[in-house]
Parts: sequence; structure tokens; C-alpha cells
Amino acid sequence: MRKKLLEIKGLKTTFFTDNGQIPAVDDIDFSVQEGEILGIVGESGSGKSVTSLSIMGLIPSPPGKITGGEILLDGKNLVKCTDKQMQKIRGKDIAMIFQEPMTSLNPLFTIGDQLKEAILIHNPKWSKKKAFARAVEIMKLVGLPRAEELLKDYPHQLSGGMRQRVMIAMALVCDPQVLIADEPTTALDVTIQAQILQLMKDLNKRLNTAVLLITHDLGVVAETCERVIVMYAGQIVEEAPIQEIFSNPKHPYTQGLIQSVPDMRFKKDNLYSIPGSVPKPGSILVGCRFAARCEYAMERCLQETPPLFEAAEQHKSRCFLLEKQEVEQRVESVIKG
Amino acid sequence: MMTGAIDIKKEAAPVQERAVGPWLEGWRSFKKSKVSLVGAGIVIFFILLAVVGPFIAPQGINEQDLAKRLLAPSGEHWFGTDDFGRDIFSRIIHGARISLWVGFFSVILSVIVGSFLGIVAGYYGRWIDTIISRIFDIMLAFPSMLLAIAVVSVLGPSLQNALIAIAIINVPNFGRLIRSKVLSVKEEEYIVAAKAIGMRDSRILFSHILPNSITPIIVQGTLAIATAIIEAAALGFLGLGAQAPAPEWGKMLADARKFLLNAPWTMIFPGIAIMLTVLGFNLMGDGLRDALDPKMKS
Repeated sequence: MRKKLLEIKGLKTTFFTDNGQIPAVDDIDFSVQEGEILGIVGESGSGKSVTSLSIMGLIPSPPGKITGGEILLDGKNLVKCTDKQMQKIRGKDIAMIFQEPMTSLNPLFTIGDQLKEAILIHNPKWSKKKAFARAVEIMKLVGLPRAEELLKDYPHQLSGGMRQRVMIAMALVCDPQVLIADEPTTALDVTIQAQILQLMKDLNKRLNTAVLLITHDLGVVAETCERVIVMYAGQIVEEAPIQEIFSNPKHPYTQGLIQSVPDMRFKKDNLYSIPGSVPKPGSILVGCRFAARCEYAMERCLQETPPLFEAAEQHKSRCFLLEKQEVEQRVESVIKG
Repeated sequence: MMTGAIDIKKEAAPVQERAVGPWLEGWRSFKKSKVSLVGAGIVIFFILLAVVGPFIAPQGINEQDLAKRLLAPSGEHWFGTDDFGRDIFSRIIHGARISLWVGFFSVILSVIVGSFLGIVAGYYGRWIDTIISRIFDIMLAFPSMLLAIAVVSVLGPSLQNALIAIAIINVPNFGRLIRSKVLSVKEEEYIVAAKAIGMRDSRILFSHILPNSITPIIVQGTLAIATAIIEAAALGFLGLGAQAPAPEWGKMLADARKFLLNAPWTMIFPGIAIMLTVLGFNLMGDGLRDALDPKMKS
């Protein structure tokens, strides 16, 4: 097994609002291994973005705060780092790209100015010439043509796809170990989306940068990731390798999500959708958070919170149905044995 | 076929079209409006007058000729003479320097102080914001002219103190303006993106937030120069600003009150001078607003 690069242990991020405390991310554990692409999927409000911002230390505070757990990058606990230490880590060890390439660049400065700035922040001793050379190099790496000319352009002169490439270039310019991509393709049209995903896969292979890809699109996950984490209402409900999650989803929520993906092969009159909507974080205190929308819900689901059960190797799911299966399997093996 | 397509692409993006900064774009849309250009023309005219005025004025400001008191406008004295026999035309030319000086410097002062307070309040929020915003509220609770009079009466009447007073009463306007702008700019994604590459707070404030908040200040600043000129003239009129024998337009108006009926030119020309400069700055300010404010663009 590869080395664990980024390890999240029992992370809890709470927002303190006038309406009480809202645990947006509630006790999650996962790790990103060296050089892998890990996907996090979930509906809006499931805590995906809060997870990524927690890792970056960019939770807007107040009202947000990390109230528990550890985020270990190469063994170093980022939760305990001071602002100054985090500034040195951000961009250098962990970088992030955002959903909206149209608004993630400062409209008043040229692409070159902003790229060079990103370089010089972490390499203050570099000359401007060296920074420029590096900017050109990274622009070529992310597949932007005529790099020297593009560096003189302002963000509004570029298309969405080109801007997202620039954002990726900016994120990778200091060779981070981990790249967090928060819905990097949501705002782009489908053809550009495919190009950007391909680019991220290529760069992952070439630079061996681990990627944490956050998305609500199962198609994106299927195309790029090796492992997937499914989040629901601030919790991890399922974690599995990519083939497992599509061929053998264990959690009713994951099953529902996969069923909701429109299938082009069959013409259905109505698309499947999971009834109801994601509960407000913090509104469900006992029981399974998905129980109200689950077609398999039992009495027990409303009274106890299910833990993560091991369904197979590297495959975990937060559902009591698995316990039953586990018990049955054990009974079977006992009988057979 | 392939090479042809690429050629067309290259031609479609000629070199001159590239690298058009937001400022150049602003100028392009500014010059489309005739009215704004007229305003800018008036402003430039008065600035030139203030710079070269003393060299082209036919007489010195205090050259008295008691034999030629209250003469009507003529070829020799274009705007007539006042009660000391001084050439009003020359005095108005000299006065341009005073009025513009007060206008520009009081606004620059209040922009610097107001922007600093506004940025700090908007970016850091919490108790700092509460304190600064309440101070602004208290200052704005006074009628501005009354506040200016109060400041001048504490500092003592002089042109310099009038300038300071005008600067002080304008601080909350700029402070509030930039605070609200910072509040919206700091939520922009490029600010989060800047943090995500590890940028320091101070760097984000001055290289990202400030430049993106500056356009309303430019617009408001131009309009505020007009108001400042009027306020300086008003303080001068009340005897709290420039002191005799300075050729300040407001002061000239006040001195000429007695002769309104028998020598109206003593009052009309300083009045027109004030009106024209203020009009120029206002037209230019409106034009700048149309050109620079993204909300005004359709």
C-alpha cells in the first residue's frame, strides 16, 4: 500500500450561528495516499466544500471553527498550525483550485502578474526573470499555447477553460504534494470539462501530485478517481475503490445516487430521484441521517447511529443492513467451518 | 485546410487588441460621452489657469488703484474692478489656484484617512468595525457645514484650517464607501484563491482588495472636489476660510455683497467662477461613474 500523505482523523467543523451550532462536517476520517486521485461526492450541503476548506485552513472564522480532530500532512497536524505557518503550507504543500474560474482570478492584473506573484510568495529570492521563465514553463505544462503572449493578457480575455488551466497552473507552480480541486469542472461545458479532467489525470501521473477531487458529479468521479468517498449530511456514508462503488454500492444513498444518473441507453419517462432533500446539518441528532429518505429504513435506524461497517476490503459503508450481512456471513462461515 | 484555419485564428487576434487594461477600457468609454468631455475640459482649463495664472494675469492681486474703484467691465478691466480698484479678472485667475488647491488637497486627505479606516473596518470586521462605523455615524449626524464651522472655530479661521475642516467632514463618506466595497470584494473568489496560494493578509489588502475597491473612490473623489470647493467658498464667505486680502472666490463674494446693486460685476464673476469649476468637476465625476462603475454599464 502506498504511503498516506494526508490523513484526516475525526475532523469536526462547526459553524456557530445565531440559530445554534451547526456541525457541517461531523467526525470524518479518510486519507489521501501518495499520487492517487481520491474523489469526494455528495449533494450540496453534504460537507464536501467545508472539508476541503478545513484542510486548507480557510474556514471563514467566525462563524466557522474546527472543533475536533486532526489533519495530518506528512505527520504534521495542520489544525494546530498558526496562521503564519499555514500561509507557508498553502500553495506550497497543499494547493487548491476552485469552482468558478471566471471569478477566481483578479480582474485588474494580467495572468502573468498573478502567476509570478504565486511563484514569488514561496520563492521570495527568485529573480523576476526566473519567475517569468517558470511561469512560461508551467503554462506549457497545463497545455496553454502561446504562453508568453497569454501571460500579458487580462483574465477577461480568456475563455473559461483557459482560465481553469491558468488556475491549475497557479496551483501547481510550487509543486504541491496535494492538490484539492473543489468542483473544478462544474462551471465549464462538457467538452472543456473532459479536457480539464484529462489534464488533471495527466498531471497527476507526470508530477505524482495527489489529487482530492470534490464533485457532485458521479460521471466525473468515474472518469478520474481511483477511490471514492460518498458524503451525506456531514458524514462519510461510504468509501470504496471506484469499480466497487459502481458495481456493488452498499449504502442505500449511494445506490440512489447511481440510479439518479441518467442512462442514455434506455429512454425512461421519468428520471429517478431520491425523495426528500438533505437534512439541515445538526437537525438529526440520533439515528441514521439518511433514514428519513431511505426505503430500507428500520426502527433501529431512527434510534441508533450506524458506524462504518467493513463491507469488503477497502470498502466501508455506514448502514445497519451491512451488519446483518456481516452477521449472516459470520453465521454461514461458522456453519460451514 | 488546416493551415488556413490556423491563419485565420491568428489574424482574428491582432496584437493591438491584446492587453487592454481596465483603465484604458475606462477611458474608452469615458470619451464616448460629450458631456463628460466638456466637464473634463472645464476642469483642465481651471487647472491650467491655476498653474500659469499668475504669469498671465494682467495685474497683481493686491495692486490697488483707488482712482479706478468699482469700474464696470471694459477693455482694460475685463471683469471690472472692486472697491479698492483691484482688477477682478486678475484676482479670479489667482483665485483658481486657491480653490483647486483646497479642493484637491482636502479630498486627498480625506481619501487617505477614510480609505484606511474603511479598509480596516471592512476587512477585519468585529469590534474594530463597530468602533470605526459608530464614529462615522456620529460625524454624519451633524450637518456637514456646521461640523466644518465647529472645526474651524476650534482651529482658528484660516485657509489651511478650512482645508483641514473640509477634509475631516468628508472622511466618513469615503470611509463608508470603501468599507462597503471591501465587504463585497473580500468575499470574491479570487481573494479566497489568493489565500489558497499562501498570500499574507497585508498583501491581499493592498494588492487585491484596494485596487478592486478604488473605482468608486475615484468617482466619489471627483464629485467631492466640487463640494469641497463650494464648502471652501462658503467658509470664506462666512469669514472662516481664506482671510483678506487673499483672492478666494467665496471671500470675494462676501466682500462684494455691499455693491450688489450698483456694481453687480464684483459679485457675478467670482460666482460664475465657482459655478463653472463645480460644474466641471460634477460633469467629469458623472462621466467617470458611467465609465468606471460596472453597475452603470448595460
